[in-house]
Amino acid sequence: MIRFDRVSKRYPPGLDALSDLSFEVTEREMVIVSGHSGAGKSTLLKLIAAVEKPTGGAVLVGGQNVGGLARSALPFLRRRIGMVFQDQKLLFDRSVFDNVMLPLSIAGFPPKDAAMRVRAALDKVGLASREKALPVMLSGGEQQRLAIARAVVNRPSLLLADEPTAHLDSETAADVARIFHEFHHVGVTLLIATYANELFPGARPLQLDHGRLVS
Amino acid sequence: MKVWLAHHQDAALLALRRLAAAPVNSLLSLLAIGVALSLPAGGQMLLANALHLAGTTSAVPQISIFMASTAERRAAAEIESRLGKYGGVKQVQFLPREETLARMKTNPGLRDVIEVLPGNPFPDAFVVTATDDRPEAMEKLAVEFRQWPKVEHVQLDSAWVRRLDALLRLGRTAVILLGVLLGAGLIAISFSLIRMQALMHRAEIEVSQLLGATDGFIRRPFLYYGVLLGLGGGIVAWVLVGAAALWLRAPLGDLIRLYDLTLVLEALDSRDSTMLLGFAAGLGWLGAMISLRQHLRQY
Ligand SMILES: Nc1ncnc2c1ncn2[C@@H]1O[C@H](COP(=O)(O)OP(=O)(O)O)[C@@H](O)[C@H]1O
Ligand SMILES: [Mg+2]
Repeated sequence: MIRFDRVSKRYPPGLDALSDLSFEVTEREMVIVSGHSGAGKSTLLKLIAAVEKPTGGAVLVGGQNVGGLARSALPFLRRRIGMVFQDQKLLFDRSVFDNVMLPLSIAGFPPKDAAMRVRAALDKVGLASREKALPVMLSGGEQQRLAIARAVVNRPSLLLADEPTAHLDSETAADVARIFHEFHHVGVTLLIATYANELFPGARPLQLDHGRLVS
Repeated sequence: MKVWLAHHQDAALLALRRLAAAPVNSLLSLLAIGVALSLPAGGQMLLANALHLAGTTSAVPQISIFMASTAERRAAAEIESRLGKYGGVKQVQFLPREETLARMKTNPGLRDVIEVLPGNPFPDAFVVTATDDRPEAMEKLAVEFRQWPKVEHVQLDSAWVRRLDALLRLGRTAVILLGVLLGAGLIAISFSLIRMQALMHRAEIEVSQLLGATDGFIRRPFLYYGVLLGLGGGIVAWVLVGAAALWLRAPLGDLIRLYDLTLVLEALDSRDSTMLLGFAAGLGWLGAMISLRQHLRQY
């Protein structure tokens, strides 16, 4: 499903975030990307969604070289991928419901079906009763779960999550990890950048060190 | 199709909510745009009225011949027959002095004046139209008529029509120039207001792009915002011009009546109103479009 072929990423003015990186992720796999801060975890995930483009090598998603996609093709790639961002990127002037609705509006879902899907996604992450709330009224764990609901409402077959349990107490973190396991069980391919390997037993680890794969 | 409509409805509502979210700002923006647009729109209103006035007034140049007030009716008959036979004269209308007096007396302002004058102050007169109404030919006829017996005064009536024509042409150019200038101004206002909006909603633009929104989807609420600004400004301009027309109607009508003409100042007609609102909305859209180009290149 995902193949990195000798990928490198250099940010201006000359910092190598990833160097000569090759690996493969097959369908329905759960992979955790670990490594120190600055190891290149976020960069790796961004390359998959073509938020950044590789400066060397090829990133293939579903057989498609996403680094070479035209700007106009990017939206359609991203709609197939669910993303939980490191900084969550919630819209604070919109309700919980509207935050989760956004990907569906973007994808052009009929409003009625969309509303049902939003409620299903909120239910899945345990926020069904908070749909009218604004994100600021939520706790850290609830905000994280909101970000997850928004990432999965489109029912993507690939889910990328960037440090989804950082800044959460251990109980809440375990709660969030459980949600990811559930998605794994229903056949979603998962790439999770995290320091907390122990929360994801059974996942294949990809260890990064200064932009290179170890092990 | 339904989805498409729902999208547009959402975008329009979002734009409206954003306008309503900062009511003072929005109202001041609308006022600024409205005042700017009211200048060319007001110019067009005056021009349309002037054109109407010119249209209802004879534009065919005429020569008026006034007999000496001492001339007898026989002299006038003599001139009339000469005019009838004269080459280059197309039509002759005789205005007997009695009729002129009667007509003038119907004007309540003049009646009092006329009443105190001894006898009839008006001479017999002719109004002549020529087969060739170019200024040189008309001038030649006038020179000829001036030499005829008992003719006291010959007046070429074409001059003011030509002056009015030239003035209206100038007016039209001025209105177009104003329209272009202030239209560019409107684009600039819309540009900077949308820029502010885009900066305010930077997070939303970024998130939408990351979630797979096309440029069209992201642009839509901002374009509606621009269109609503333009349209709102256009309506303000329309109201301002309409109010000015009402306000000026009586005094301008009185002034024009002194020249023996009637004018009821009309607000913009439906064609001009549609043009005003259409242009305003279109320019608002254009300003938004230009402004957004820079904000959509980030991800
Ligand atoms: N947009 C950027 N511009 C320049 N350097 C960047 C940018 N994003 C990340 N980096 C650098 O690339 C390296 C890897 O960053 P990142 O992928 O965010 O690491 P991680 O997510 O593992 O902490 C870091 O040294 C970081 O400073
Ligand atoms: Mg990171």
